Amino acid sequence: MSVLVYIESENGKFKKASYEAASYAKGVADQLGASVTAVTINAENNEVLGTYGVSKVLQVNNDQLSKFNADAYADVIAQAAKNEDAKVVVLGQTANDKYVAPIIAVNLEAGYASNVVALPESTSPFTVKRNAFTNKAFNFTTISSDVKIVGVAKNAYGVKENETSAAVEDFSPSLDASDFSVNVESVDKATDKVTIADAEIVVSGGRGLKGPENWDMIENLAETLGAATACSKPVSDMGWRPHSEHVGQTGKPVAANLYIAVGISGAIQHLAGINASKYKVVINNDPEAPFFKAADYGIVGDAFEVVPQLNEKLKEFKANNA
Amino acid sequence: MKILVCISHVPDTTSKINFTEGDTKFDKNGVQFVINPNDEFGLTRAMWFKEKQGASVDVVNVGEADTEPTLRKALAIGADNAIRVNTPAKDGFQVAKELAKVAQDGGYDLVIAGRESIDYNGGMVPGMLAKLLKANFVNTCVSLEVEGDKATAIREIDGGKETLTTSLPLVIGGQKGLVEESDLKIPNMRGIMMARKKPLNVVDPIGAEEKTSADKFEKPAPKGDVKLIDKDNLDELINLLHNEAKAI
Ligand SMILES: Cc1cc2nc3c(=O)[nH]c(=O)nc-3n(C[C@H](O)[C@H](O)[C@H](O)COP(=O)(O)OP(=O)(O)OC[C@H]3O[C@@H](n4cnc5c(N)ncnc54)[C@H](O)[C@@H]3O)c2cc1C
Repeated sequence: MSVLVYIESENGKFKKASYEAASYAKGVADQLGASVTAVTINAENNEVLGTYGVSKVLQVNNDQLSKFNADAYADVIAQAAKNEDAKVVVLGQTANDKYVAPIIAVNLEAGYASNVVALPESTSPFTVKRNAFTNKAFNFTTISSDVKIVGVAKNAYGVKENETSAAVEDFSPSLDASDFSVNVESVDKATDKVTIADAEIVVSGGRGLKGPENWDMIENLAETLGAATACSKPVSDMGWRPHSEHVGQTGKPVAANLYIAVGISGAIQHLAGINASKYKVVINNDPEAPFFKAADYGIVGDAFEVVPQLNEKLKEFKANNA
Repeated sequence: MKILVCISHVPDTTSKINFTEGDTKFDKNGVQFVINPNDEFGLTRAMWFKEKQGASVDVVNVGEADTEPTLRKALAIGADNAIRVNTPAKDGFQVAKELAKVAQDGGYDLVIAGRESIDYNGGMVPGMLAKLLKANFVNTCVSLEVEGDKATAIREIDGGKETLTTSLPLVIGGQKGLVEESDLKIPNMRGIMMARKKPLNVVDPIGAEEKTSADKFEKPAPKGDVKLIDKDNLDELINLLHNEAKAI
C-alpha cells in the first residue's frame, strides 16, 4: 500500500508548497507503515523528491497537459491513485490543488478534508486537524471512506527532509475528450512579482495610508524584504490597489512566515484571513487599534515616518548579512 | 437560461466563534446568520443575468428549517423560487449529492455556488457537484459571461488570472469579482414583502451519506501579549525579526 502525493510544478519546477506536501505524505506513510509515491505532470528533476521521503515517482509527460486543466489533472491523479492502490491521497492547497481535489474525491468516492494543519491524530479512525471558521478555530475531522484525500494547508506542517532514493517511472494515464471541455484561453500572471500565495513575507497597507499615491513606501519595503504586497478590503474597494491584493476573510488568505500590517486597524474580518501567518507586525498610530491584540510585534507611530526609516535600516541589515 | 444558486447559511463575519456540548457543536447562541459572502456575489451576478438576459433564478439550501430566513433574504434580493432540502448539512459530499438531485430535477443550465463557505471552509461542494452532474466546472471564478450555451469565465489563480472558455451546463465556485461589493443589493421593503409570497419549497432529501464528520472543535491558544517596540528603536524590531522570529 502507498500514500500518493500530487506534486505540483510550474514550468517544470517544483515549489516549496510541493515539498511540504511530499513531507506530509511521508509523515502519514510512516504512521501507516506504507511508502510514498508521487505523481508529477511535466516536471523536471523528479529525483529530488527523494529528499522529502518519496520512494517512487510516477512522471507524466504529455503535451496535452502543458496547461493546467482541472478535469484532466484530476483524472491523472485519480488513475495514479488506483494504479498504486493508494488509500490516502495528499495534495497541497494552492489554487490549482483546491480546484482538482473535489473532482478527485468524486472520481475515487473519497472523503476529503481541506486546510489540514497536522499529521493525523489517529489513522484508525482517520482523524485530522484542520482550520475552520477562517482561522478562528480548528476542527477535527474524521474521514470514514476507504480512500481519503487530505489537502495540507500552506506553512503548517513545514518542509521536512527524509533522504530516500526515488525510483522514477513513466506513467501514461488514459485521457479522453471530456477531460478538455474547459479551455484555458490566456493566462495573466506577473512573473517578476512575488505572489501572496508563495510569499514568505507579505507587506500589507490599509486605509491609514490615505491614498494610492502613498504606496511607494509599501512597495519599497516589500522589495527590500523580497515580499509580496497586499491590502485591506476598503483599499481595494476604493480602487487604490487591485482586487488581487485584497486579503482577509472575503479576500485572499495569507499564511506567510511574516505579515507586516501598515495603517490597518485589525478588523475581525481582516484578521481572520491573515491569522495563519506565523509572525505579525503592526505599525499603527493608534495604540488602541485592535491589531495590537493580534500581533507579535507592534510599533505605535506614524507610518509615514516609521516605514521609510524601517526600510533604510532593513537595507543596511540586508547588506551586512548578505 | 435556468440558474440555480446554492446558498450556504453561515454565521455573520463578526460572530464570536464558540462551541458547546464538549466542543462538539458550534454555539449558535446570539449568532446572526447570513448568506455566505461568496454565494452573495454569485447571487448578485445571477440577478444580472435575470435582468439583462431574462434568466430565471432559483436558490437552494441543504439544511433544517432554521435556514429559511436566509433563503427568504435571497428571495428578497430577487430570486424567483427557493428550495430547501430538509436535512442537516453534514459534509461536503452529502451536501453535493443532495444538491445534484435538485439540479438534475430542475434541469438547470448554470449552477452558481461559492468557492467556500466561511464556516467550515471546506471548499469542495462546487467541484463535487459539478462532477456528480458531469457538468463543466470553473473554481474561484471572478467573472462570468454567457452567450447561448457558451461561457467565458475568469478564474483567479495564485498570482494572477486565467481566462477560460467552456459551455453549459456549467457549475462555478464564485467569489468577489463576479460582481463588486458596491453591486450587492440590500433588499428593500418591496423586495421583502414580495419575498414572503414567493414559493419556498421544502423537499425531502435523498438520504445521501457523508464521508467525513466534524467531531470536535478547538479554539486557537490565546495569543501572548504583543511586544511593543519604540518607533525610535527600529533596530530592536530588526533584531527580534532576525533572532527571535527568524523571519528575516
Ligand atoms: C462581510 C464583511 C467582510 C469583510 N471582509 C474583509 C476582508 O476580507 N479583508 C479586510 O481587510 N476587511 C474586510 N472587511 C472590512 C473590515 O471590517 C474593515 O472595515 C477593514 O478591514 C478596515 O480596513 P483598514 O484597516 O484598512 O481601515 P481602517 O479600519 O479605517 O483602519 C485604518 C487604520 O490606519 C491607522 N492609521 C491612520 N493613519 C495612520 C498613520 N499615519 N500611520 C499609521 N497608521 C495610521 C488608523 O489608526 C486605523 O487603525 C469586511 C467587512 C464585512 C462587513
